Amino acid sequence: MTAPIAERDLKKSEVESPAAVAIDQVHQSFGEHCVLDGVTLKVKRGETLAVLGRSGTGKSVLLRIVIGLQNPDAGTIRIQGQDLNGLTMDQMGEIRKRMGFLFQHAALYDSLTVEDNVAFPLLHHRREMSAAERRDRVHSLLTEVGIQGNLSKMPSDLSGGMQKRVGLARALALDPEILLLDEPTAGLDPIGSGEIDDLILKLKKERHMSSIVVTHDMHSAKTIADRLALLDKGHVVIEGTFDDLKQSDNEFVGLFLKQS
Amino acid sequence: MSDVAMDGAEQRGAASAGAKALPAAAASAWLPGPVTRALEWFGNLGIFFWRVVRAGATPPYEWREFLRQLDEVGAKSLSLVAMAGAAIGVVVALEARYSLAHFGAKSLFPATLVYSVVQIMGPIITGLVVSGRVGAGIGAELASMSVTEQIDAIEVSAVNPYRLLAAPRILACIVMLPLLTLAADASALVMGWATQAMVEPLSFHQFINNGFYGATLNAFLPPTFKTAVYGLIIGSIACFHGMRTRGGAEGVGRAATNSVVLGSLFVILADVVLVKFILAVFP
Repeated sequence: MTAPIAERDLKKSEVESPAAVAIDQVHQSFGEHCVLDGVTLKVKRGETLAVLGRSGTGKSVLLRIVIGLQNPDAGTIRIQGQDLNGLTMDQMGEIRKRMGFLFQHAALYDSLTVEDNVAFPLLHHRREMSAAERRDRVHSLLTEVGIQGNLSKMPSDLSGGMQKRVGLARALALDPEILLLDEPTAGLDPIGSGEIDDLILKLKKERHMSSIVVTHDMHSAKTIADRLALLDKGHVVIEGTFDDLKQSDNEFVGLFLKQS
Repeated sequence: MSDVAMDGAEQRGAASAGAKALPAAAASAWLPGPVTRALEWFGNLGIFFWRVVRAGATPPYEWREFLRQLDEVGAKSLSLVAMAGAAIGVVVALEARYSLAHFGAKSLFPATLVYSVVQIMGPIITGLVVSGRVGAGIGAELASMSVTEQIDAIEVSAVNPYRLLAAPRILACIVMLPLLTLAADASALVMGWATQAMVEPLSFHQFINNGFYGATLNAFLPPTFKTAVYGLIIGSIACFHGMRTRGGAEGVGRAATNSVVLGSLFVILADVVLVKFILAVFP
């Protein structure tokens, strides 16, 4: 029996593009300022890619484009083979259910408690869940990110590190296949950064997700990523393992590694 | 990019939608700056409103948020609207009593008060009070969510922010404005009667009987229900400014101010059109 057209197309695209995330020739400018100038990157299934670069090089913009919060001036983004170009907000929503996003400043809902923040995606997309099941799931997610006993606190009562953990729990609520992390260790002390890195590694091992981590923290990137990509002036200067970066004779790569 | 693709691309990115949806056209080369900006503003507001309608008209419906907004817009504005109505009732009663006495038409006091309040003062005062309280509240709340990326967080959680945030607020404003107007009218009539009764004996029963004598529903229902349009204006402008806010605390302040100022201005302008429309359709 012939498979339905959509299924056939998906299988075809999977064969052609096995990448969890494929970024192809993405351009983005703000006025006269070109931030991304033909960026091309791929993240394989189960792989973690760290995107590094100086402040203002468009790392976070790239992540916002991947999750569909921003439309690129040119170029295409494919999530598990599906082109984001031309999708409506509701169609994009279906793709986002397979993705988790941790914002740089966590972006927790400040009028909701920790428990309600984590329950938010479940409340909207797991409507069949009873209140008790939802509460159990929230507890389990918060335990997974190392938070216990702060359920009724408001986000403003939490430290930066705790807010990021809650943000991470919220991002994991729908069991995403792809996780996008925007500066997960920014603003944290070295111990806090190390704890977040360990947490990301643990999640990677347990959940086998594909991840893109935007950071300027080389130590963190080295710890959690399989591959690294270094952005400068809108271009990917180098892409490879940490050893590839170390062996590069590119002046900017050398300077970045030296200063990190 | 195809039309569908363009449409889709413009659908996403709620927070940036207003700012990026309608760039200045080539016409800006020969139109004065303020005119271009005004046209852009109306264009972006139209796009925003279309997205809200499309999101709000399709399931899943956000009933819980809608009920919460009915309370926010309605119940929490009730005391303020009633007080404003009471003050208007007293002022109209004082002014009407002296004017009518001057022309020897004191017997028309009840009808003058009833018609002035129900047809003119009640709706517009309710609109302006709600624009101040609710418009500023919605504008500041959504603007604060926007600058702290909470609206983006809603979007990446695969929830449509037009459906969750804008549609329930606008609908709550539409539903609650006529009800608040009735409250303002009632408060104004009671206080207007009390003001008169303190000077001359006048029973409330007699006041109501004389005031509504010969009145038809056409005389009172359209002016009351026209405030649903005020609700549409107040809710839409506040949500529009709130959701496209950029620029930290200053941006939040600007969104709240714009929501109140533009909301109030368009309520007054809409009143001009609606009065003419009501007089033409319900003579």
